Amino acid sequence: MATLEIKDLHVSVNTDEGSKEILKGVDLTINAGETHAIMGPNGSGKSTLSYAIAGHPKYEITSGSVLLDGESVLEMTVDERARAGLFLAMQYPVEVPGVSMSNFLRTAATAVRGEAPKLRHWVKEVKEAMSDLDIDPAFAERSVNEGFSGGEKKRHEILQLGLLQPKIAILDETDSGLDVDALRVVSEGVNRYKQSGEVGVMLITHYTRILKYISPDFVHVFANGRIAESGGPELADKLEAEGYVKYIGKAEAASVG
Amino acid sequence: MAVTTEQQQHGLTAHSHGGAEKVGTAPVSSRADHFTSFDVNAFEVPGGREEIWRFTPMKRLANLHDGAEATGTATVEVKASEGVSVETVGRDDQRLGVAGTPGDRVAAQAWTSFTEATVITLPGDAKVEPTVVTVTGAGVGEVAYGHLQVHARQFAEAVVVIDHRGSGVYADNIEFVVEDGAHLTVVAIQDWADDAVHVSSHHAKLGRDATFRHTVITLGGSVVRLTPVVTYGGRGGDAELLGLYFADEGQHLEHRTFVDHSASNCRSNVVYKGALQGEGAHTVWIGDVLIRAAAEGTETFELNRNLVLTDGARADSVPNLEIETGEIEGAGHASATGRFDDEQLFYLQARGIPEDQARRLVVRGFFHEILLKITVPEVRERLEAAIEAELEAVGV
Ligand SMILES: Nc1ncnc2c1ncn2[C@@H]1O[C@H](COP(=O)(O)OP(=O)(O)OP(=O)(O)O)[C@@H](O)[C@H]1O
Ligand SMILES: [Mg+2]
Repeated sequence: MATLEIKDLHVSVNTDEGSKEILKGVDLTINAGETHAIMGPNGSGKSTLSYAIAGHPKYEITSGSVLLDGESVLEMTVDERARAGLFLAMQYPVEVPGVSMSNFLRTAATAVRGEAPKLRHWVKEVKEAMSDLDIDPAFAERSVNEGFSGGEKKRHEILQLGLLQPKIAILDETDSGLDVDALRVVSEGVNRYKQSGEVGVMLITHYTRILKYISPDFVHVFANGRIAESGGPELADKLEAEGYVKYIGKAEAASVG
Repeated sequence: MAVTTEQQQHGLTAHSHGGAEKVGTAPVSSRADHFTSFDVNAFEVPGGREEIWRFTPMKRLANLHDGAEATGTATVEVKASEGVSVETVGRDDQRLGVAGTPGDRVAAQAWTSFTEATVITLPGDAKVEPTVVTVTGAGVGEVAYGHLQVHARQFAEAVVVIDHRGSGVYADNIEFVVEDGAHLTVVAIQDWADDAVHVSSHHAKLGRDATFRHTVITLGGSVVRLTPVVTYGGRGGDAELLGLYFADEGQHLEHRTFVDHSASNCRSNVVYKGALQGEGAHTVWIGDVLIRAAAEGTETFELNRNLVLTDGARADSVPNLEIETGEIEGAGHASATGRFDDEQLFYLQARGIPEDQARRLVVRGFFHEILLKITVPEVRERLEAAIEAELEAVGV
């Protein structure tokens, strides 16, 4: 049973003008079987949170801790975190020219599973996973994310989620750039992954529409680098009706005072 | 007519920082005026400031540019299947020198100094097994000159691998005579020992409807300077010049391609890709393309990309495209030098792939489009292994 505990996390990013604090004390615990929606205005630090957990070198953790099943992930390299069971579906997946999707998937699966999957099973597994997400088999021979449309990239992030079966999945705006059909297909993919009840999901989104397909157990409003309010699914409805104005105001007031 | 100039394409440069780079497009003088001669004395001894020598470390050339005498000979071994003629001939053989004329003093010196040439003739209207030529340097501190001619007869279909290895200083000219309708594929490998200095000119003359696939792989040697020149003798010629180089600490690897479009409806495509790592690793790519007034319907593109893996390495990249007629199909060039992309590394690592493996995937991916076109399996495997070894050497 997986647990991700984020405690008083402060994160800065190094810019040309020096270091800038973006996360200002984030507290959040995600247990297996739970889906936490993180909603917040542009620039509030949602992606920073996800990158910091995944270990992106641009972000510096100035204080706080992140524990996966009681073990600190902040001491781990990026790949160790992934092998420990963390997965980040990125808002902007990276293109890797010359590396085929199939080679990439197999290399990743081998690393995460600790042994190379048996070829026969693997081919079948990938084929099925692709067809579940309505991905044309031809994508297997294309370079990783190269020339993919925004929606195709997101489908492939969820394809990786399904194949790598992490303990905790962080989905950073997986819904953005998806049309209605794609949103449904991708959401079904996330729900299949959740099915076991043994994994936790952090679902970062700007809009409530994906929450109609993936039902959250908790909703957190993220503003100005921290969680401004937490609640149940009803909080999403409130946000839908009222927007983020209230929180942006609060954030500005806080930074002024 | 379509002319595209692209200095920075997506991907590499998007994340490039530092990594010395220089890109220019305007030739100082027209390539059409470039001086050529078989007579070494017709060339002044270059001092290093001249346009064609300005990137080359003259001090490390062992005087090849200033009359260095041969002290040894390089060994040339040829493995060829039946039907292929392999001859060792003297300087006076009338067939020599037909594919091109030396365009710099070292090439003229090599032409003046070689004592024996190897002539390989590929039978017409037939497909033969790959021919492998192994050239081994004369040894540490020895200077040697050489000459090789590969002649593909009409409608020949052949692959020739020219493998340079060993130690010493070597200057040579290699001729490719590609007759009408012939398909000649050449892979020239420079995998010298660390001390080696190699200055080489390749002269390809394409007949009507001839197809020439020329791949250069430069990995080893202290200084390697290679000048492939393509000329067309008739319409419909098609040349593809591919290059892959990997420079380590202190290595100078220079490639100067020149495609001289003088006939109509010909095509050329130049793709050179290099990786650099270590202090003082230096690569140079000069890509000259001249479309003369008569070369209507020309289609040409050239591209150079460099991947700088560590600090202290420098890649120079200069595409020159001169167009003397408006009646062309298309012409363009692109050049980019970039740092290793940390975002790619992060993405792969975020999927559990360990850093060293991730780096190798990215570098191999970078070279992929060139490796893909190497159809001789043994050569491809060897190159993949060599690239692996290069990456291992610095713990990348
Ligand atoms: N590398 C960086 N350099 C400078 N500023 C940065 C960097 N990365 C993030 N920031 C800043 O940190 C803040 C938070 O960015 P972040 O991407 O985490 O927001 P977000 O909540 O994910 O926004 P969005 O909804 O637009 O995806 C923004 O003001 C952003 O400009
Ligand atoms: Mg974001």
